[in-house]
Amino acid sequence: MARELLVQYLIAGLTYGVIYAVVGIGFNIIYNATGIINFAQGEFVMLGGMIAVTLHGFLPLPAAIAGAVVLTMAVGALVEMLFIRWLVKPSVLRMIIITIGVSILLREAALLLWGNAVRALPYFTGNEVTSVGILGARVSPQVLWAVGVCLALVAAITAWFRWTSWGRQMRACAANRVAASLCGLPTRNLVTLSFVLSAGMGALAGCVVSPITQTQYSVGAGLAIKGFTVAILGGLGNSLAAVAAGLLLGVLESFSVSLLPTAYKDAISIAVLLLILFVRPTGLFAARLTSRV
Amino acid sequence: MRLPILAVAAALLTASAAPARAAEPIKVGAILSVTGPAAFLGSPEARTIQMLADDLNAKGGILGHKIELIIKDSGGSPEKAVSFAKQLMEEDKVLAIIGPSTSGETMQIKGLCEKGQTLLLSCAAAEVIVNPVAKWVFKTPQKDSDAVLKIFQHMKKTGVTKIGVLASNTGFGQAGKEQIEKLAPANGIQIAASETYDKAATDLTAEVTKMKAAGVQAILNWSIEPAQAIVIKNARQIGLKIPIYQSHGFGNIQYAKAAGAAAEGVIFPAGRLLVADVLPASNPQKKLLEAYKHEYQAKYKEDVSTFGGHGYDAFLLLTDAIRKAHSVDKNKVRDALEHLTGVVGTAGIFKLSPTDHNGLGIDAFELLTVKDGRFAVLAH
Repeated sequence: MARELLVQYLIAGLTYGVIYAVVGIGFNIIYNATGIINFAQGEFVMLGGMIAVTLHGFLPLPAAIAGAVVLTMAVGALVEMLFIRWLVKPSVLRMIIITIGVSILLREAALLLWGNAVRALPYFTGNEVTSVGILGARVSPQVLWAVGVCLALVAAITAWFRWTSWGRQMRACAANRVAASLCGLPTRNLVTLSFVLSAGMGALAGCVVSPITQTQYSVGAGLAIKGFTVAILGGLGNSLAAVAAGLLLGVLESFSVSLLPTAYKDAISIAVLLLILFVRPTGLFAARLTSRV
Repeated sequence: MRLPILAVAAALLTASAAPARAAEPIKVGAILSVTGPAAFLGSPEARTIQMLADDLNAKGGILGHKIELIIKDSGGSPEKAVSFAKQLMEEDKVLAIIGPSTSGETMQIKGLCEKGQTLLLSCAAAEVIVNPVAKWVFKTPQKDSDAVLKIFQHMKKTGVTKIGVLASNTGFGQAGKEQIEKLAPANGIQIAASETYDKAATDLTAEVTKMKAAGVQAILNWSIEPAQAIVIKNARQIGLKIPIYQSHGFGNIQYAKAAGAAAEGVIFPAGRLLVADVLPASNPQKKLLEAYKHEYQAKYKEDVSTFGGHGYDAFLLLTDAIRKAHSVDKNKVRDALEHLTGVVGTAGIFKLSPTDHNGLGIDAFELLTVKDGRFAVLAH
């Protein structure tokens, strides 16, 4: 294969990969704080994009994106306070069903609010046909925006968990909720915070990728499946591993298209998920999962 | 005191004098994907037939009957379409069913309508719906084989012989792809690369890269989903400058808007509704197209699309058939429908026959393009 095509496939793969990775990290943040899988994660991404498009009607782009992130964070907080907070020792199954319910609720609300039209934010740099050359391949500057913003998000969230007091408290809460609350940590608020953070991340990602992927009320479910695959692939709870797994899956999908009919693309990602669940249920990077709080 | 009593008596008399059926509304079912991935089709279709039924009822209905529309939203799901079809036939006992919006759904309920002897006026495009002909099944959009031929004619004229084909994994996409593969050899077109993608695809960079690697002279994409906007964006972003052809599924300005600058120059076949205002006054469709366009846009504050037009034509053919049959008996209406000719609709001039349950030819298509963000007739 010619080098420029190789690079072209690689970049396409990285584009898919960062999107998956960000959704995967969203899963991880909430999983870390509460031990549940939030299946409404994809809806946060959808909400971010949709709200930003609406706000962009009367605000400049950066303000619209900031507004969308803040509003989606508020939705995340609301979801936690309304549906999760008051549950006393809920079973995992119950929590999962609740989050699936929330995802349906958000999706239908979006349909009512925005209708079924496909929307997209304008390209941050240039327009639909602008492209820049990288090693002979051509890519939209928006891809660079998406990769850049997503990587910055990952770095920020990792640093936050590691070096800030709130981040450490949240990890403590994840490691042992009872012990954390005995130590006087506000565990309930920490759980709310995890929803807020993960909603904010999803929303920002939703804004950055919206010019590329377009946004519609129903895009959340597909994103959630891919993000979930990535979170499992990397090992639940490990954000950096989710990034690696996301990029890996994206590149795998992209190169699979070069050799096989596209129809097999999703089959490959599901096959990888099943394989990991059978062979290494703790994830590809499980050895590094041991947590230090 | 006497007058009101007389009036009541008179009213009772006239009521009982007319056949009991006359007061009953004609029940017409519709299964449309008002929401879901094919909402681009179903939503304007539902709005259009609702508007037409309201207009007709306001004028006193047809043969003294009002039309009672029962619209079901299938969300694009064939399973739902099947259960709605059963419900409409068995519980509501409708005279006819308009829809479904997608070819996949239509093929699922085609057999049901044959068995239940209920008229089906599909708003979906795939040729298999009416070929082979089924007694009770009709469709209003132009044939996809004609759409393919129209595109191939243009390719031949411009010297394109080696193309890449992209299609979505829906009934529409796959039926179109079949026609493309079937008709390509006879038209001297070589398909150098062919890909099917998921209907919910959000990025097709890898697929268009494959087209680039195959060295094709043009890309032909066949789908009805938002992905058709993504295809053109991705192709332009990886630096492909070759012509891009789309199916008649591109006939909604939202897609052109979604693709922005990348949509410029895309070529696709479509009915004349989208370019009604630039048609010459001599065109027999112009009056109807403009009337529909203005009424729809005034009522719903959104751009008219060819898909709503397919709903328009289904309603038009059905009411014309009822008028011609002068009856609401389903057998008589079916027979009348099968012999309707010269009906001016939005998609073209219908000429139905027992062997042709679509009634449109290749001349129903015009090649359109996108110029400055608007649809325009492609200059010859």
